[in-house]
Amino acid sequence: MKKDEHVVVIFPHPDDEAFGAAGTIARFRKQGVPVTYLCGTLGEMGRNMGNPTFATRETLPEIRQQELTNACQSLDINLEQLGYRDKTLEFEDQDRIATHLLRYLEKIKPTLVITHYPGYAVHPDHDAFGAAAIEAVNRLNLNQRPDVWALAIKKDKEKDLGEPDLQFDITDTFEDKLAAIVAHKSQASGILGGLNQGPASLDQIVKDKLSHEAFYQWSFNEV
Amino acid sequence: MEKIKARLIQDYLNQFVDRPVYIHLETTNGAYATHHNREAYNVGAFIRNAQVTFSQAKISGDETNYRVGLKTENGWIYAEGLRDYQIDQHKRLLLAGHDDQGRLLVTLELSLQPFTN
Ligand SMILES: [Zn+2]
Repeated sequence: MKKDEHVVVIFPHPDDEAFGAAGTIARFRKQGVPVTYLCGTLGEMGRNMGNPTFATRETLPEIRQQELTNACQSLDINLEQLGYRDKTLEFEDQDRIATHLLRYLEKIKPTLVITHYPGYAVHPDHDAFGAAAIEAVNRLNLNQRPDVWALAIKKDKEKDLGEPDLQFDITDTFEDKLAAIVAHKSQASGILGGLNQGPASLDQIVKDKLSHEAFYQWSFNEV
Repeated sequence: MEKIKARLIQDYLNQFVDRPVYIHLETTNGAYATHHNREAYNVGAFIRNAQVTFSQAKISGDETNYRVGLKTENGWIYAEGLRDYQIDQHKRLLLAGHDDQGRLLVTLELSLQPFTN
């Protein structure tokens, strides 16, 4: 571990950290690197209410709050919640979100930021929050600027972006990732079911979707 | 939630008539519809804490597809595809429709107090 290393993860929804980066997060934690999750919303607009239904639109936020707390405990990371509303981030003022995020970055002084790749992250909240996160990092002085690893989700992203710069086999921390996903139990079964769109077996889905994490190194163009 | 009982819902709707009511109305096929199926595209609409007063409220349809319509001073509000309901501890009427995997498709909620944020 390098001196003063600290990783900040910036995603909008409870469970983004679990599905997108938990294996990588767990690797940092095993090296003793502190990790802070800046979580944008409570996922209030999640659609998975269970079958039979165990949640309503009105009880889902409390359920997801508890799940997020559990997932962060399981990953042994700090949690900061920014209090936006699910599915509204793209309609907020990006400058204000960037300023909000910048306050945390100035305090935490991270060496690495993990966020979504704007324009390649499928959900409008992912794109908007990723863009604000990158803007926030960009506002830091060059000598204070952490690395940024951007998570792209869009199908065929390689056509535009090429292969991800950072590709991790997370078999070593797979159990930690699975535990984080299971902590988000209201959403996990629905989402894992949703991944099962073809004839692929569950083993294959787990292998493809969960045993591998990849990020693009963000490059800031200096003007 | 429980399966809608039309008589019970009608009685409950009547209690909101001619009073200022906060509504939450939403329909969605999810933020990943296109991602999972190129032929589909994302559709949704959402309004929360609109305050309305209606002079008439009616549930119609059957257990496969209940509809609720509210006749307001200057127009109408309705939701379709409602199958489940709950009257919660705040005496709010929550009506919703879900797909076969428990994912929300539509919801109409009525409350005398504003919903949180
Ligand atoms: Zn998300």
